[in-house]
Order: sequence, then structure tokens, then C-alpha cells
Amino acid sequence: MTSLELFAWLTLLFPLAGCVAIALAGRSLPGRGAGYLGTGALALSFASAIGTLLALLHQDHEHRQVVAVAWDYANSAGVDAQLSLLVDPLSVFMILVVSGVSTLIHLYSISYLDSDRGYVRFFAYLNYFVFSMLLLVLAGNFLVLIVGWAFVGAASYMLISFWYRRGTATRAGIKAFVINVLGDVGLVLGTFFIFKQVGTLDFLGTFEKAHEVFEPGDADLTAGCILLLVGAFAKSAQIPLHTWLPDAMEGPTPVSALIHAATMVTAGVYLIARMHPLFELAPTAADVGAIIGCLTLLVAGTIAIAVTDLKRVIAYSTMSQIGYMIMAVSAGAYAAGLFHLMTHAFFKALLFMAAGSVIAAMAGQQNLDRMGGFKRAMPFTFGCMVIGGLALSGVPPFSGFFSKDEILLLIGDRGGWYWILYVAGYLGAFLTGIYTFRMIFRAFYGEPVPEARELEQGHLYHAEVHTNPANDEVEDTEVGFPGPDHHIAEREPSMKLAMGTLALLAVVGGFLQIPKITHVIDHFLEPTFADSALYERHPSGSLIAFGLVLGAAAGIAGITVAYLIWISKPQIAVRVRERCDPLYRLFVNKWYFDELIDVLVVRPALWFGQWAQQTFERVFVNGLLVGGTTGVVRAGSSAVRAAQTGFLRYYALLIVVGMVVLTFYFLLSS
Amino acid sequence: MDIGWFLAVSALIFTIGAVGVLTRRSPLVILLCLELMLNAANLALIAFSRMHGNHDGQIFAVIVMVVAACEVTVGLGVIVAMHRRRLPIDVDELQELQG
Repeated sequence: MTSLELFAWLTLLFPLAGCVAIALAGRSLPGRGAGYLGTGALALSFASAIGTLLALLHQDHEHRQVVAVAWDYANSAGVDAQLSLLVDPLSVFMILVVSGVSTLIHLYSISYLDSDRGYVRFFAYLNYFVFSMLLLVLAGNFLVLIVGWAFVGAASYMLISFWYRRGTATRAGIKAFVINVLGDVGLVLGTFFIFKQVGTLDFLGTFEKAHEVFEPGDADLTAGCILLLVGAFAKSAQIPLHTWLPDAMEGPTPVSALIHAATMVTAGVYLIARMHPLFELAPTAADVGAIIGCLTLLVAGTIAIAVTDLKRVIAYSTMSQIGYMIMAVSAGAYAAGLFHLMTHAFFKALLFMAAGSVIAAMAGQQNLDRMGGFKRAMPFTFGCMVIGGLALSGVPPFSGFFSKDEILLLIGDRGGWYWILYVAGYLGAFLTGIYTFRMIFRAFYGEPVPEARELEQGHLYHAEVHTNPANDEVEDTEVGFPGPDHHIAEREPSMKLAMGTLALLAVVGGFLQIPKITHVIDHFLEPTFADSALYERHPSGSLIAFGLVLGAAAGIAGITVAYLIWISKPQIAVRVRERCDPLYRLFVNKWYFDELIDVLVVRPALWFGQWAQQTFERVFVNGLLVGGTTGVVRAGSSAVRAAQTGFLRYYALLIVVGMVVLTFYFLLSS
Repeated sequence: MDIGWFLAVSALIFTIGAVGVLTRRSPLVILLCLELMLNAANLALIAFSRMHGNHDGQIFAVIVMVVAACEVTVGLGVIVAMHRRRLPIDVDELQELQG
């Protein structure tokens, strides 16, 4: 085993070992021991990921795709199921982002969930999630990918329903799981379509053979790729499979930061980037991906302007940003999409952490309507929120500016109808500026709320009666509900460290790839995408300059609009709302997607279930099948029973008569 | 001597046994009649054995005797058990197994 393979396996094994160790021994550790153990395991994993990176950089540029096989599950006629990892620049890029951000979020959780009675369980789940995610991105064949994909869905379910006595949380968990399983089915069926033609599960083997087996635009391949897209859409919360993501905000805030912003929801982006040789042979499927991504980024952006739950604003923003990434990787802007994935992981995790700090200061309350004026009480959180917000809105020189503009630049460079996506992308950037700073202005500016005043005097607000922020049901603080105490970043060094690091990364992350100046990501990922016709593109200088100016202008314009509406003239907000009432109601009701799914899927399923239970089962199964069978048996047995008189001599007579008849039969027939 | 006579005697004894089984109600007598039937068969077997001039029929007869011994053991045991539990010694009244 080379050092490269060794490091890759170690990256995967540390979180698994951490999960098992915490699950078995976590309760016997004192205080925050489980948290430190989990964070330590992740830090080791991140160190191994860096080791993998260094070992990979040591290889020649052409030999940077290594398959590490542990063992074969089955290697027989037509099936090659192995436990194999594919270590190439794309997977190394992903494990660096996943393990790095995860380490920081673990660090944050050490303090944030301190008083929760499910502390140990939380870290066991969190480590399990990171293991699953690393398995997903390191998978070397479809089989391991599917396993990792399903593990991640299960981990997401467990963490959303972490406060398992909250009805809203368990319902959200079930919703997320069901939609994710829909995606799993898509992924598995898509795999079948591809496997049927190429005859191998291995990624590199598949990509090699795909060019021989499939004509461009092959129907089987297009169907397979669209099914893969279903998987990607479900996991990455794209229309119409997105409704679980806002509900997933019922989970603890670090979970939202880790799973529902930085890592898991980007799995769809990774999947499309990984399958790029297939998608390039099936341009129809790729176009579907690009259009859906574009739709999602606009729809989610408009909803984010209207919702009042702090975490849901960020959740819709996540959907919108992932829309950019899906659009990018579907349109062939792979490095740009993955670059945005990385910067987004930094600033969105930061935003969630800052939001978590504000929610803690509000003692669990998440409604923006009740917040305000936290600027002076929470300077550090405010600073982080603004940095994250500026990066998200794409204001130069923050990281989001470069990554978002890279995406739109390459999409604009494709020409043709991609111009529609290009324009929509900048419209989305404008919306991003509005909703991000609406959130910041409403939470941090304006008249300080009582909680903020109390914090200014040095007391952290503490709720007398704990309630569920979603429906104001009264809760206790035992296991299954949030703990009694809340922790804000200003008072917890570990939270401060995690947020500070991410803030720094959110500021400087963009410098990795500045058009015409640095090409770190482009160059690093090049071996993975070497066979792609779309990878090496050189947009004209004027397009670059135009895009950069337009991107910055769109972001700043959005912020300005937000400032005008929510700071300088607060009455505008009400007036705009009244004037565009139908539009407002469309946005605040999330474009009625939940209702649409209810009408199209849930109600027919319920109706069918009722019909099956009342008509089909009662009449056909119970009445006809079961009743018929028992009736026949009962009639037959009563006929047979009548012959059993109990008279011994009667039986003897029957035997004798039978013997005589038999004897005569044989005598006569011979 | 003609084998017909032997078979005639055998058939006669068998019929007596069969009629006894069918008509009598005492289990003891039924057992005796069963013995008659078995021995009628034995007689026929030995007669055929003599006719063919080999010993196969005699071996069969021995086996039938073994079976008869077993049957009597079990049958008498059942009758003793019935007697001990003060059940009626009458097969027509013992009809608990009716359907």
C-alpha cells in the first residue's frame, strides 16, 4: 500500500473509529470528553486528508488517479463489486473541504451543545455522518457510492430528529428521509441503466468504456443520467425535491451548518462532477440539470426574502447557492462549481454558526420578527455574520465574489441559450444581496429587543419556560429536548475559534482562483477532468471584466435595496408588501410546493391506501381469498368428519369390504 | 393331498374370524378372532410353501406369528388398562373418537 492509499484509508477510518469509540465509551468520559474525542478524531482525519493531498501532489500530473482496493466483495461473471476508493484530485478536494469544515463545526459544537442531555449521542452521530460523507466522496465504484449515499441520508435523518421528543423535529426527519430515499432509488436505477451497457461498476472503467459503448445522446445513457440527477436533486434540495431542506432546520444549528449547508447537500454537485464523462455524452440530461439548478436558485432566492425564520432564510439561501453549483457542473464549469462549493462551505457554515449564536442569545427563539439590535451586544457574532453575508452576496474581495462570478462567466462563455442562465444567475446574485442583508439588518440593527438589552448588561437571556420555537409547545430540558443553557460565541473560546477560522477562510478563500491571475483550483482538478472537452476554456477578457463588474454591482445593489427597505425607510417594507400582495403570499408560502406535492403525491397515495384497505383488502382479500379458502376447507372437513362414527366394528367392516372389493378387482382384471 | 383342501380350511377359518370381529362386541373376543384370521393366513402360507417346495412361505408364517405376538401384547395391555379405568368392556360404547 502506497502512502497515498494509506492516508486515504486513514481519512476514512478516523471518523469511524471516533464514532464507535464515542458510542461505546462516551458516557464514561467526564464533562465535554465526548466532544473533544469527536473533534480529535476529525482533526486526525483532516490531517490525513492533508497527507493524502501531499502524497497526491508528489505524483506526476498524469498519474493522479489512484484506485485503492481493500478487497473484492464479488468478482464473478459480469460483476466487479469491490471495496475500492478512487483517490484523485476531485475526491481529495472534497475530503479536504469535508473533513476541514467538519472539524471546525465539531469544535463549535463542543460548547454549543454543552448542556444538552444527548451530548454523547450527538457526537457519535456527527462522526458517523462525516464517515459516511467521506465514504461517499472517496468511493471508487458505484456500489460504494450508493452505500455512502444511503449512509449520509440515514445520518441526516438521525441528526434532524436529534431532539426526538419534538414532534416537529421527528416529522421533519421523516420528510427528509423519505425524499432522500427517493433520491437513493434514482441513483440505484440510474446505476443499473449505465451498468447494463458498460458491464463494470468501477468509475474509471465506466468512463473509459462509456466512450466506446455510448453514442452521444444515447437514450439509455440519457435515462440513466436523468435518474442520477434525481438522486442529486433529492440530496442537494433542488426543485421539486427541495421541500425537506427548510424543514431540516429543526435539527440543532451545528447540524444545519455541517450537513444542510456545507457538506451533505453538496453531494449532488459532487455526483454530477464525478459523472461528467457520462453527462457530456448525454447533453440533454446535463441541460436538465442546468435548468433545474437555475430555477432553484431563483425560486429559493425569492422565498428567502419572505420567510421570517432566521435559520430558514439561510436554508433557502443554501438551496439557491447549490442551484448555482448544480447549474455550473451541469453546464461544464466543473472547477468553478467546485470552487463555489468550497467557498460556500466556508461562508455558509460561518453564517449558520453566527445564526446559532444569535438564536442562543434569544434562548432558542428563531423568529426574525422578534429579533433586533444585537449589534452592540454581540460584536463578534455580528462581525462574523457580516463577513459571511458579504461573501454570500458576492461583494469583492470576499470569496463568494470570485467563485460565483467564475460560474457565471463560464456559463456566459458557452453562448447560445445559456445566456438565459447567465442573466438569471445575476438576478439571483441581486436577490442574494437583498435576503442576506435583510436578515442581518433585522437581527442586528434597529431597536434592541429585551434579550439584546439584557445581554448588553452582561446577562445572557434565559427562558423561564422552554418552548419549541416552531409552535410554542412547552418543553422540558431532559434528553430528547434541547438542554437548559445556551451558549453564545462571545463567551465560548471554542466557538470563537471555529467561527474566526471560517471567517478568515471566507475572506481569503476566493484568492485561490482570480480570473487571469491565480488558477490553483483549475490546475489542481485538471487531471480528473482531463478528458473533458468543456474544461479548458478561455473566456475573453472583456467578458471577464464585464462579469466581475456586473457581479459586484448586483451584490451591492441588493445590499443597497435591503438597506433602503429595512433600515432607512422601514415603512417601505410594509408598503411593498401591500402593493405586491399576491407575490408576497406566493413567496411566503414557498411557491406552494408543499401544497403541490400534497395534492399530487400525498393525497393520491392516501386515497389509494384507503381504497386498498377498505375495498381491496376487506372485499377481495378478506372476503374472497381468505373467506373462500376457509369455506372450502370447512365444507370439506365437515364431510370427512361425518365418516368418523367412532364405532370400531364399522371401521372393521369398511376394511373388510375394501379388501373384498380389491380382491375382486384384481381377480377380474387378471 | 390336493392343496385345495388346505385353502378351503384356511378360508373357512378366516371367514369365521372376520365374522367374529364384525359381530362380537367384547374386545377380548375380537382379539381372539383376529388371531384366527392371522392363523388362517399362516395355514395358507404354509400350504403354498409345500406346493412350491421352498421355504419362503414358512418364513412369512414366522413373521406373521411375531406380528401376532406383538399385537396381542398391545391389545391385551389396552384391555387391562381399560379394565383398570373401569371403562365398559364393549367396543360399541367406546366411541370418543367420533368426528
